[in-house]
Amino acid sequence: MGLTQKDLLSMQELTLDEIRLILDTAESMKEVARRDIKKVPTLRGKTVINLFYEPSTRTRTSFEIAGKWLSADVINVSTSASSVTKGESLKDTGLTLQAMYPNIVVIRHPAAGAAEFLAKRLAASVINAGDGAHEHPSQALLDLFTIREKLGRLEGLKVAIVGDIAHSRVARSNIHGMHKMGMEVRVAGPRTMLPRFIERLGVEVFTNLDRAIAEVDVIMMLRLQIERQQAGLFPSLREYSRLFGLTAERMKAAKSNALIMHPGPINRGVEIAPDVADGPYSLILNQVENGLAVRMALLYLLAGSGQA
Amino acid sequence: MRGFFYVLNSMAAELNAKAQILDPPTIQRALTRIAHEIVERNNGTDNLVLIGLRSRGVDLARRIARELLLIIGAEPPVGALDVTLYRDDLGKVGPQPIVRKTEIPFSINEKRVVLVDDVLYTGRTIRAALDGLIDLGRPRLIQLAVLVDRGHRELPIRADYVGKNVPTSREEQIQVLLTEEDGEDRVVIVKP
Repeated sequence: MGLTQKDLLSMQELTLDEIRLILDTAESMKEVARRDIKKVPTLRGKTVINLFYEPSTRTRTSFEIAGKWLSADVINVSTSASSVTKGESLKDTGLTLQAMYPNIVVIRHPAAGAAEFLAKRLAASVINAGDGAHEHPSQALLDLFTIREKLGRLEGLKVAIVGDIAHSRVARSNIHGMHKMGMEVRVAGPRTMLPRFIERLGVEVFTNLDRAIAEVDVIMMLRLQIERQQAGLFPSLREYSRLFGLTAERMKAAKSNALIMHPGPINRGVEIAPDVADGPYSLILNQVENGLAVRMALLYLLAGSGQA
Repeated sequence: MRGFFYVLNSMAAELNAKAQILDPPTIQRALTRIAHEIVERNNGTDNLVLIGLRSRGVDLARRIARELLLIIGAEPPVGALDVTLYRDDLGKVGPQPIVRKTEIPFSINEKRVVLVDDVLYTGRTIRAALDGLIDLGRPRLIQLAVLVDRGHRELPIRADYVGKNVPTSREEQIQVLLTEEDGEDRVVIVKP
């Protein structure tokens, strides 16, 4: 039993058993993450390249630390300081990196499909750390891990994902992953931010926050990308916040023990009120901590798949 | 036709003959003896901890701990060590082996650690276990207890406590079955 594919590109392509294997492996990795000496030799001599075409704090840092704790050599390439600014194409950057024999390339890119494009051209395993509005599988896996850790199971749970669903790779990856784990998914947001035909993914669609969060076990808030205001998707931050911001007052519509999640970075006071984000049912920092364990599991499992 | 296959099957079974080398009472006696030897060698069980290797080593460590309780009235703490992340053969064959959890809920600093495993063979697992333990702290000393030593060492490693020495060929397999995992206590040798 292991991961058979060379790459991790999407939640859509993972099977139920593979998701379970990743979550179980992450559980073992969490023990390593809590030791005094956080280092095991398993990926000694392996090279991981973080190739980020978009800004990122938690994902890049998290992959970097995860790799280092497993003794891999981790190199960060941020495009502002690389040949990309000289006009090098993704293909050429990829081939150049390939010539340095990395075992795993972690890529974040603004275009959907960029990770797959690279995966087809590289012998190394490719991990998609976010490609446009397509997928962000390691985020969905750490979300599933966090929920499972807190509630002891996934099957049968109800989740509401709230915010800009149309532009969210986190939402898309989570919808696929949660369905595979037998969870019920609702999405909610302003009509301009709900993609057409989203119900074809098997989700229930809401345009009213109170109704969406009633009866759910988990509320997952998405970051409002402020630049979407220019695109005319919402009239003002204040109005968005009034209709879709999660406050202590709004939480009265939800179950008293509903868990709150957010992939970060959060806009305090916009999509989520500070007292909710820092409240007792918030799992936001658990998500960050668990991201390390999940990414350690991914690096470990992929390092042994395919040729890497 | 059915009879023909029956004969074939039983021939195959014979080729795959399993010889029992330890029965339940013998396993029990071996563990009792190991427990006595541990007490003797360490002058009691002060500062002693048992750490079993996943998964059957953990069951054996728990049993030895119960024996120690009977002998001197105190049960040493038992931990579980998974050595997958310390193996030297990762990526050599097939997909990655499953990583299970290391659970050692106590400090091993300055402790007398008895590592417990079911079978000692090449010594590579124990090498990995030593690396793993040393990452968790600095024990006073480390000793090794195994139920079966089957020879064929590839590293300079030996056991301090041995249930039974079993001469084997490399082609043979030793299977340790324990009630906790397999529903019965038995050690068999499987000829190729």
